[in-house]
Amino acid sequence: MTPTLSIFLAVSAALFCIGLLAALSRRHAIFILIGIEMMLAAANLNFIAFWRFSPEPHQPTGVMVAIFSIAIAAAEAAVGLALVIAVYRHYRTTNVDQLDKLKG
Amino acid sequence: MNTWIVDNVWVIPAVPFVASLVILSLAKSWRKSAAALAVIGQVVALALSILVFLPTLQTVGFRVAHNFTWFTFGEQALRIGWVLDPLAAVMLVMIALVGLCIFVFSIGYMAGDKDFTRFFAYLSFFSAAMLGVVIANSLLLLFVYWELVGLASYLLIGFWIHKPSAAAAAKKAFITTRIGDMGFFLGLVWLYRSSGTLLFYDGGNGCLESAGLVMLGGSATFIALLIFSGAVGKSGQFPLHVWLPDAMEGPTPVSALIHAATMVAAGVFLVARVYPLFSFGAIDGMTTSLTVVVWIGVTTALMAALIALAQADIKRILAYSTVSQLGLMMVSLGVGGVAAGITHLLAHGFFKALLFLGAGSVIHGCHHEQDIRKMGGLQKFMPVTFRTYAIGMMSLSGVPLFFSGAWTKEEILHSTSHWPKSPVPYYLLLAGVVLTALYMTRQMIYVFFGKPRAAARDAQESPPVMTLPLIALVFCTIFFSVVLTPAWPWLSGYLTGEPAQFTLEQMIQPTFFVSLALVAVGIGLGVLMYRKAGQTDPLEQSMPALFRFLENKMWLDEIYEWTVIAFSRTAARVSDWMDRHVWDGLVRAFGELGQLFGIFSTNVDERGINAGVDETMTGARGLGRVMSRWHSGQIQTYLGAVAVGMLALLILYAWLT
Amino acid sequence: MAHLITALFLTPLAGALFVIVAPKNFARGIALGFNLGTAILAFLLWRNFDATSVGLQLIERHTWIPAIGAEYLLGIDGLSLLLVLLTSLVVPFGLLAQRMDRGFYAVMLVMQSALYGTFTAQNFVLWFLFYEMSLIPAFLLIKIWGGENRDRAATKFFVYTFLGSVAMLLSFLGIYFAKGTFDFAALTDLGKNGLLTGKLAWFAFAGIFLGLAVKVPLFPFHTWLPDAYESAPTGVSMVLTGVLSKMGVYGFVRLLLPLFPHEIKILGPWLLGLAICSIVFASLAAWAQSDLKRMVAYLSISHLGYCMLGLFVVTATSLRPIPEMQAALSGVFMQIFNHGITAAALFYFVGLLEQRRGLRGIDDFGGLMQRTPLLCGWMSVAMFSSLGLPGLNGFIGEFLIFKGSFAIAASFTAVAVIGLLVTAIAFMRAMQALFSGPLAESCSAFVDLRLGEKFIILPVTLLMFAIGIAPQFVFNIFNTTVIQMARLFA
Repeated sequence: MTPTLSIFLAVSAALFCIGLLAALSRRHAIFILIGIEMMLAAANLNFIAFWRFSPEPHQPTGVMVAIFSIAIAAAEAAVGLALVIAVYRHYRTTNVDQLDKLKG
Repeated sequence: MNTWIVDNVWVIPAVPFVASLVILSLAKSWRKSAAALAVIGQVVALALSILVFLPTLQTVGFRVAHNFTWFTFGEQALRIGWVLDPLAAVMLVMIALVGLCIFVFSIGYMAGDKDFTRFFAYLSFFSAAMLGVVIANSLLLLFVYWELVGLASYLLIGFWIHKPSAAAAAKKAFITTRIGDMGFFLGLVWLYRSSGTLLFYDGGNGCLESAGLVMLGGSATFIALLIFSGAVGKSGQFPLHVWLPDAMEGPTPVSALIHAATMVAAGVFLVARVYPLFSFGAIDGMTTSLTVVVWIGVTTALMAALIALAQADIKRILAYSTVSQLGLMMVSLGVGGVAAGITHLLAHGFFKALLFLGAGSVIHGCHHEQDIRKMGGLQKFMPVTFRTYAIGMMSLSGVPLFFSGAWTKEEILHSTSHWPKSPVPYYLLLAGVVLTALYMTRQMIYVFFGKPRAAARDAQESPPVMTLPLIALVFCTIFFSVVLTPAWPWLSGYLTGEPAQFTLEQMIQPTFFVSLALVAVGIGLGVLMYRKAGQTDPLEQSMPALFRFLENKMWLDEIYEWTVIAFSRTAARVSDWMDRHVWDGLVRAFGELGQLFGIFSTNVDERGINAGVDETMTGARGLGRVMSRWHSGQIQTYLGAVAVGMLALLILYAWLT
Repeated sequence: MAHLITALFLTPLAGALFVIVAPKNFARGIALGFNLGTAILAFLLWRNFDATSVGLQLIERHTWIPAIGAEYLLGIDGLSLLLVLLTSLVVPFGLLAQRMDRGFYAVMLVMQSALYGTFTAQNFVLWFLFYEMSLIPAFLLIKIWGGENRDRAATKFFVYTFLGSVAMLLSFLGIYFAKGTFDFAALTDLGKNGLLTGKLAWFAFAGIFLGLAVKVPLFPFHTWLPDAYESAPTGVSMVLTGVLSKMGVYGFVRLLLPLFPHEIKILGPWLLGLAICSIVFASLAAWAQSDLKRMVAYLSISHLGYCMLGLFVVTATSLRPIPEMQAALSGVFMQIFNHGITAAALFYFVGLLEQRRGLRGIDDFGGLMQRTPLLCGWMSVAMFSSLGLPGLNGFIGEFLIFKGSFAIAASFTAVAVIGLLVTAIAFMRAMQALFSGPLAESCSAFVDLRLGEKFIILPVTLLMFAIGIAPQFVFNIFNTTVIQMARLFA
C-alpha cells in the first residue's frame, strides 16, 4: 500500500476530530489545552503532507512552516498553561464551566 | 437818565426780579430786610416807570421799540424786544403804584406769618412778571412773562400750602388758565406762521403794523380768537372764570394784587395790545372776533354780578365783582376800542385794590372772619377803613362826578349804546349797573352798618401801615376822576395818539342820566332790601330757589366737575387701562403666541423626532440582549460555535465548488 | 487729537476694568473719576468741533472687515456732539444718584461706552455693535439691581428691544445685499433717489421702523418702558430715559428718515397720528398713575412724542417750507437735550423721595413743603421745566417744535396741545399731593436736601435756567447740522 495524500489527510482529519472532541467535551482546562494541541498537530500533519506531495518536494518550505508552527504551539502551550495556573490561583478551579466571566 | 431808561425799559421788571431772587436766598428770620428789599425794589420800579411815563406825555403817538435776537435756530433769528408806548407806560405806572400800596399793606397784614420772607419774594416776582408783560414787544416774550405771571399766581394762591383748599385753588387756577393759554399758544404759533414774526412793532414789519397784518389775511380772526382764549383764562371770563373766586384762598394782599392791578388785567391788556389783530378788516368798527369779545364780556359781566348778589364771603363778593368788571372791560374793548377798555382797567385797578385792601383790613380787624353775615356796625370800630371802603364802593357802583369808576363806566355804556350789531348788550349792561350798585350796597350794609354781630364785637382799626395804602389809593381813585372826566378826554387821547380837546358838552350825555337813575335805583333798592337784614339774607327769604342757584355759583363748578373734568379723568383712566390691558395685552399676546409656538415645537421634538430615535435605540438594545444570551461565557460553547461555523463554511465551500 | 472719539469710548471701558480690579470701596470714586475723564474728552471734542462747517468732523476711518463692508468709521456732526455731551452729563448724574456695589458701576461704565459708540459710529455694522452693546448692560442693571418685578421687567425690556434690533438687522442685511454698503453717508446719498424699490423697500422700512420705534418708544410699542423704568434703580432710570431713549430718536434722524423718504411720505398721516397718540395717551396715562416713577416714565413717552412729531413733520408731509423744517428740527434736537436732563432730574428727585420714605406712591406723601422746602422747591423747578414753563429749558424746544409743526401740519399740532395741558395737570396733581396739605405722619422725619445732594442738583438746575434764558450756546452746536438736514429732507 503506497502512502497517498488521502491517507495522510484522513489521519490528520481524524486527529483533528479527536482533538476537537477533547476540547469540547472535557471540563478541565488542561485537557482542553491538550485537545487544542492535538488539533494543531493535525494541522501540522496537513502541512507536511501537502509539502511532501507537492510538485516541488525538494524545497524545505513545508518543513520550515511546520517547525515554526510547532515552535509557536509550544509557546502557546506555555502561555496557555501559565494562564490556566493563574486562573486556578485566582478561582481555585480549572473547571471551565465555572469560568463564565465572559458571559455577555 | 431819562433817555437811558427809555432805551432800557427792561430794567423796570428786572429790579423787582432781582429783589425777589435776593429775598429768596435770605434766611427766614430776616423779615425786615425782606420787606425792605421788596418795597425798595417796587419804589425803584415805580420811579423808573414814572421816568419813562414822562417822555410819552410829550410826544403824541410816542413809541420806542428795542428789538434784539434772542437766539438763532437754523438760518433764522428769533427776535424779541421791549416797547414803550402810552399803553405800556400807563400800565407800568399803575402796576408799580398799586403794587407798592399792596406791598406796604402786606407788611402789616402778613406780620404774623412764619413765611414772611417767602411771601415778599413771591410778591416781587409777581410784580416783575407783570411789568414784563406790559413792556414786551413780542408776542412770545409776552407769553413768557404771561406764564411767569401764572406761576407767580400759582405760588401766591397756594401760599398757605398746608391748607388743602389753598393748594386745590392754586392748582385749579393754574390749570384753568393754562387751558386758555394753550389756545393762546396755538394763536401764537399760527401768528408766527402767517406773519413770519412775533414782534409787535419792528419799524413797519411787525405783526401789528400794516405790512404784517396784510400777510395775515383771513386767518387774523382765528388768531385773534385763539389769543383771546388766553385772555379769557387769565381775565376770568366765562367759561373759564371758575378759578378766580377760588383764588381767594390766597392771602388778601394777593387777592388785591391778582384781582385788582395785575394778573386779571393782563388779559384785558393782551387784547388791547394786539387790538390791531382784532380790528383788522373791520367793517363799521366790527369784526367777528370783536363780536365774540363783546358777547363773552356781556355774559361774564351779568352772570358774575348776579352771583355776587348771593355770596356771603366778603372777598368772594369782590372777586365776582372783579369778574363782572372784567367782562365790562372786554365789552368796552369790543365796542369802543383800546382807550375805553384801558381807562376802565386803570380806574378799576385803583378802586378794586382799594376795596380788596379795605376788605383785608376788615378781615384783619375781625380776626380773619370773612363771612359778612357775622360782621356789622364796623363803621364805629374802623372809621378809616369805613370811609376809604365807602369811596371804593361808590366808585365801583358808578356814583358820578368824583369817582373814577363812574366816568369810565359811563364811557362804556355810551359806546355800547351805539353798537350797531345789537342793542341787547347795552340793556344787559344796564341791568349789570343796577346789580353792581345793589350788591355793593348789600355788602356795605352788612359789614359797616347795623348792629355788630359775632365777629365784629371787638374789632379794631388796623395799624397805619395798612390804612395808609388805603388812603393813598383813595387819592388815586379820586384823582383819576379828574383825568378821566369826559369833558377833557385826555387819557383816551393819550392812548390813541389823538389830541384831546376840552368840551363841556361831552360832560353830560343823555345816557348819563339813564345810568345815574339806575345807580340810584340800585343803591336805593339795596338800602330798602338790606336795611333790616339779619343773619339770613332777605333775598334768601323771598326767593330761596334763586338764591341757592346764585349762592352755588349757578352750579357751574359742579357742571364742570360732572362733564369736562369727569370726562378727562375718565379719559386718563381709560388711557391707563388701555395701556395696561390692550397695548400691553397685545404685546403679551404676541409673546404668548411665541410661547405657544415653543410648546408646539417642543411637542414635535419630543413626540416626533425624539421618539423615533428612542424606539430605534430600544430595538437595538433588545437585539443586543438576545445576542448576549449566546455569549454564555463558556469557552467550549464558543469553541463549538467556531467548529460549527467552520463546518458550515466547509459545506458552503463544497456546495459552491 | 486724532483719536479723540476712540479715546472717548475707551475711557469708560478702561474705567470698568479698573472698577472690577480695584478694592470694593473705591468703585464709586473710580467710576466718577473716569467720568471726569470722559467729561474732559467730551469738552475737548466740543472745543475741536467746528460748528460752522458742514458734514462729519474728527473722522477716524480704518478698514475693519472689508469682506462685509464693515469699516471702523467714527465721526461727529452737531447731533452726535449734542448727544455725546448729553451722555457725559447724564451718566455721572446717574452714578451719583445712589450707592451700589462695584458691579453696578462697572456695568454702568460699559453702558456709557456703548452709548458714546452709538452716537459716533458712522458705519452700520459698528453702530449696530454699539447699539446692542448698550442693551445688555441695561438688561443686567435692571435684572440684578432693580426693584420689585425686576425679572419680569428686565426680560420684557430685553426681549422687546432685542426683537426690534433683530428686525432692524435683517432689514440692513437686505439693504446691504441690494446696495453693497453699510456706510451711513453713502446710504443717505442713495436714499435721496429711493434706496430700494417694491416689496423689499417696505420690508426693510418696517424692520428698521420697528426697531427704532421700540427704542424711542413710539406708541403703541411703548409698553416695556413703564415697567422697565419703574423697576430700574434710580440712576439707571435716569440714564435710560436721559440717553438710551435718545438712541431711538437718533436712529430715526440718522437712518430711517434719510433712507426711506418715499415710504415715510406715503405713511405720513399715520406716523403723525402715532406721534400724537404718544403725546396724548401717554400724558393721560401719566395722570392716572399712582406711582411717581411710572408717572415720570409716561411723561417721558409723551415728551419723546413731541420729538417724533417734529421729525415726522419734516419728512412725512408734502408741503414743507425750509424755515419751518429748520424750526421743527431745531426744536427736536433741543427737546432731546432738554428732556435728557429734565427727566433725569425728575427721576433723581423721585429717587430722593424713595430713599427717605421707602415708597414712592403719590399718596404716600403729603405736606412735604413744610418739612423739606428745598427739596420741594428744586423738584418743582424740574417739574415746571418738564411741563414747559417759559424761562426754563423745556419751553424752548417745545415752542420750536410747535412752531415748525403747526406751520406744516396744523391740525395734528393742534391736537398735540392737549398733551401740554394734560402734562401740566399730571404735575399739578403730583405737586398738590406731595407738597401741600398737612404734613403726613410718615414724612415727619424727612431730612431736607443734604449738602451732597445740593451739589448734585445745582449744576443741572442751573443748566435748565441757562438753556431757558439764553439757549444760543446749545443751538450753536447743531445749527449747521439742522440747516444741512433740512436741505437733505426737503
